[in-house]
Amino acid sequence: MKLLTCPINGPRPLEEFAYGGEIREMPDPQTCSDSAWADYVFHRDGAPGPKREWWYHVPSGTWLVAERDTASDVVSRTYLLGEA
Amino acid sequence: MPYQLLKFALSKKHPEPAFFRQPAELKPSYDAVIIGGGGHGLAAAYYLAKEHGLTNVAVLERGYLGGGNTGRNTTIIRSNYLTPEGVAFYDASVKLWENLSQELDLNLFYSTRGHFTLAHTESAMRTMRWRAEVNKQMGVESEVVGPDVIQAAVPELDMSCSGHAPILGALYHKPGSVARHDAVAWGFGRAASEMGVEIFQNTEVTGLDIRNGRIAGVHTSRGTIKTGKVLSAVAGYTPRITKMAGFDTPIVIHPLQACVTEPMKPWLNTILVSGSLHVYVSQSSRGELVMGASLDPYEVHATRSTLDFVEGLSSHILDMFPFLAGIKVVRQWAGMADMTPDFAPVMGKTPVEGLYLDAGWGTWGFKATPISGKTMAHTLATDKPHELIHGFRLDRFRDFELTGEKGAASVGH
Repeated sequence: MKLLTCPINGPRPLEEFAYGGEIREMPDPQTCSDSAWADYVFHRDGAPGPKREWWYHVPSGTWLVAERDTASDVVSRTYLLGEA
Repeated sequence: MPYQLLKFALSKKHPEPAFFRQPAELKPSYDAVIIGGGGHGLAAAYYLAKEHGLTNVAVLERGYLGGGNTGRNTTIIRSNYLTPEGVAFYDASVKLWENLSQELDLNLFYSTRGHFTLAHTESAMRTMRWRAEVNKQMGVESEVVGPDVIQAAVPELDMSCSGHAPILGALYHKPGSVARHDAVAWGFGRAASEMGVEIFQNTEVTGLDIRNGRIAGVHTSRGTIKTGKVLSAVAGYTPRITKMAGFDTPIVIHPLQACVTEPMKPWLNTILVSGSLHVYVSQSSRGELVMGASLDPYEVHATRSTLDFVEGLSSHILDMFPFLAGIKVVRQWAGMADMTPDFAPVMGKTPVEGLYLDAGWGTWGFKATPISGKTMAHTLATDKPHELIHGFRLDRFRDFELTGEKGAASVGH
């Protein structure tokens, strides 16, 4: 069974988590250009490598940050946002 | 057995017949380079040579021919999509498929079975009606059928799905077919090779030579090639190529897994899909059940298999066919699906002049093999996107003009 470490609940089975995608900085929708908004909503560097991602521990309702290599699927670190 | 044949078989003088020439060295330059020796890349090479007279073309494949998603899909061919753009495109593909064995002089085992997309909820029935009406409008054979028609076609099916998800009806698509996927790559490869296209296996692209926003060449593990036109047809490897080219796309890679059972006598004559149970299943010509499911839930650039997948899929297949309980799964595998936000492909020109993309094939690429080859060959030869792929251009994300195909492209979304 694959485990992921929740910063609140410790190591838990991966089935308890939902994937929230790569962490991306949102431009101010009131002031940014259409093109910058399209970049934020759609375009990304999808190449394999280390990424910072949102994960959600469903039973406890915890959003957390995971640093994961999308090529090897190895998670190097998990933490709550702002605690890095 | 004729004596000549026996003599031929036992003789050491006759090498195995080769499907395509394998030149020892890359030439210093080509009129066009195609990255990716799968069905799509080889089909593009074939139509470039056949319809546009462009034969000084190299196809570069990092592994072996058809070893990527061409050989990893569940071989289903259909055109019962949701958007007019999608229906027109996939219908043109089905028309090419129907004559492809003759055209390539190779038996692709193209077998028209009929395709049922099962609906277990009222909302699914609504989508089926919607798709049927769009399809009819576009001249594609699709109709909504009731449980009696489904049960008559598949008497073995438990219409209550073990009580979990009673079947209310289905979208029936008569032209739905399966084909032998490896043969598709070999057939296009052989035909392209006969017209002069050069195919290189075990040749990885390591970089792109871009000057003043124009493609000038390709760096490979076997040396550098000069060329003014490059087609990237690499499915799950697309983000690595676009990173070399220096632009972003909406493509995200998720593994898609599939498996087959041990062979059985033929009993399942149609193709069955259930969005609610996340299953698609057909019986191959050698008797195996070929089964697939929904995407793995998060991004991974690898073709690893998981126990979760085969457990989940088996459970749903047993809901539909309890009598399969004693049947063994004999192989499972995965492909890297290049998913897009609107479940339509990304085809055509890119911000780099002379670099063309045939990508975003997610879980729906195999059925498009001939038409993607034909339309990309046109696009590359004329530098103008073929009219059938206008709705699939990369710019649609910049223009907020998506081609929403989510309701028809795959299961479990």
